[in-house]
Amino acid sequence: MAPARPLIDVQDISKQFGSVIALSGVSMTVWPGEVHCLLGDNGAGKSTLIKTLSGVHQPSSGRILLDGEPILFNSPRDALDRGIATVFQDLAMIPLMSITRNFFMGREPTKGFGPFRRFDVETANRVAREEMQKIGIDVRDPSQAVGTLSGGERQCVAIARAVYFGAKVLILDEPTSALGVKQASVVLRYVAQARARNLGVIFISHNVHHAWAVGDKFTVLNRGKTLGTFDKSQITREQLLSMMAGGKELEQLGAELEEFARADAARAGGRESPLEAGAAAEAAIAATLRQEVAEDRELLEVERRRRH
Amino acid sequence: MASVTANRVDERLQQAPLLTRLLSRPELGAIAGTVLVFAFFAVVAGGSGMFSLKGVITFLEVSAQLGILAVFASLLMIAGEFDLSVGSMIGFAGVAIAIPVTLYGWPVWTAVLFAFGVAVLVGYVNGYITVKTGLPSFIVTLAGLFVLRGLTIGLTRLLTGRTQIPGIHKFSEGDWLAPLFGSDAFKGLFVWLAARGWIDTLPNGAPAVPGIPVSILWWLGLTAVATWVLLRTRFGNWIFACGGDKNAARNVGVPVDRVKIILFIGTACAAALFAAIQVLKFGSADTQRGLLKEFEAIIAVVIGGTLLTGGYGSAIGPAFGALIFGTVQMGIFYTGVDTDWFKVFVGVMVLVAVIFNNYIRKRMTEAR
Repeated sequence: MAPARPLIDVQDISKQFGSVIALSGVSMTVWPGEVHCLLGDNGAGKSTLIKTLSGVHQPSSGRILLDGEPILFNSPRDALDRGIATVFQDLAMIPLMSITRNFFMGREPTKGFGPFRRFDVETANRVAREEMQKIGIDVRDPSQAVGTLSGGERQCVAIARAVYFGAKVLILDEPTSALGVKQASVVLRYVAQARARNLGVIFISHNVHHAWAVGDKFTVLNRGKTLGTFDKSQITREQLLSMMAGGKELEQLGAELEEFARADAARAGGRESPLEAGAAAEAAIAATLRQEVAEDRELLEVERRRRH
Repeated sequence: MASVTANRVDERLQQAPLLTRLLSRPELGAIAGTVLVFAFFAVVAGGSGMFSLKGVITFLEVSAQLGILAVFASLLMIAGEFDLSVGSMIGFAGVAIAIPVTLYGWPVWTAVLFAFGVAVLVGYVNGYITVKTGLPSFIVTLAGLFVLRGLTIGLTRLLTGRTQIPGIHKFSEGDWLAPLFGSDAFKGLFVWLAARGWIDTLPNGAPAVPGIPVSILWWLGLTAVATWVLLRTRFGNWIFACGGDKNAARNVGVPVDRVKIILFIGTACAAALFAAIQVLKFGSADTQRGLLKEFEAIIAVVIGGTLLTGGYGSAIGPAFGALIFGTVQMGIFYTGVDTDWFKVFVGVMVLVAVIFNNYIRKRMTEAR
């Protein structure tokens, strides 16, 4: 199934805050059923770009087409109503509220009429449970506080909520950056599920390994400009890595990666068997990620020797 | 399919231990406290008449008046805001009823509606300033506390030349709206009970307690409605969301500003209700009415298990908080202990309640 036009077509967007140029002439397209990774170091303009897409900021120039139609959002709610759901880093989850109440926050199902119109708690609990089960999280009691869930599970609730309410485009702001390998793989697996449902996913990350595990296309941002958009077949991880790192900091990065890899290896040594850990798929993704870290380390080592 | 799922939910819910479920309810602490307080006074003041019908009605009435304020203060606190102007609003609403009636000859019912109108306006202004400036409501309503009290004293002295306005009873008799605030309910039942000798009577055979003061019915009714709103309506979910994380709430489309302004109007109207009850019951208004009530209301709310930081709490908890407050206040009087010690007790109680609430919140968010 080849869609005729992209879900989102960002054309030459610029954004200035006073004298600071946060974005200058950024373009990208997102098609249904693809995971488009937005990579870049801190300060590259990733956050500004997604805040523009999700209605928090308005672009200074350039335009955004949604299904071929130019759009201008005034608030995140505007964007949400048009099917662009953003899962921000701060999650938009309220720890002291129950899973159900969080899930339906702002869109509570009601029953009854007039002054007796009330929150349909039974339906809400049932739907929340079902949706959580679909993503493989078995919630014993949907009225338990979100604060009792792990970080990865909370991300999944936020994503599940966006999908349930009919998002066409899912923008995920660093969904895995605060998570451990296993937790991250839970989220990544769910991102792959969202893609299978033909959603367009924009995945923001500065972790190449996480992005590489699920991404179809990669756009690298650096200092407010795109260094280009690449198909997974056109580029290698190490190229992406060096583009993100800006080349000159490669050696430092290599050292860091070694450190990560060591930590990962140590963790892997102490892990329970994959069967005990639960879904085999999860373990597989986690293993891939570990392997990729190791490969990157070797590649960087080669690169360093070549430069010396 | 739906019923199968529902059954499974029920099954699993039963697995949660009773104690865990109880501990996750915000009002638990206040209910336990109420039991303790009653047990204490039953032992210490059991024979003093505190638990006679008259004694019970007395401490219930004290609790009820505070409870009316506390319910609305709790809703506002769950949404993450305070209203310190409640006490001053009581004085202001009181003279807003009394001056038009005594000075300008307004019918009592129009004056009462006028006072509620003023309360809506004050609540709106408090709320509007708070949400538009983003300043802490603590500061905004602290300003309100002084401005309203000053206006109350200033305007009353300007218009009447004094700070008390007595003699409202002769205007409120026969008024159709006044009994809703200043009367006793179930009078017939009490006369009937007295005639049977089942309750205490005065020497002339009339019941010692004429009926149940309407303030108690207001208290119970408002607590029930607020509980329903909080737990079973969209608006209730929005209240929790506003206090939990207002940016997160706004991002998913909760009208945070509107919710907060409505709740500020709620606390101001609770103050007006309190004022109407007092003015019509005692037949007078005083510019000093409601002094310190804002803090007493917050105390009842905190004892009731609502978190100061917002996002968590109930409407039933503060009702019990008010009951504890009223019972202790009257109980100390009955035990014959110097009432000076009451405030020491209240202070200690608040501290214990806050420490307990903090523990509950940790359990809520950390335990799996």
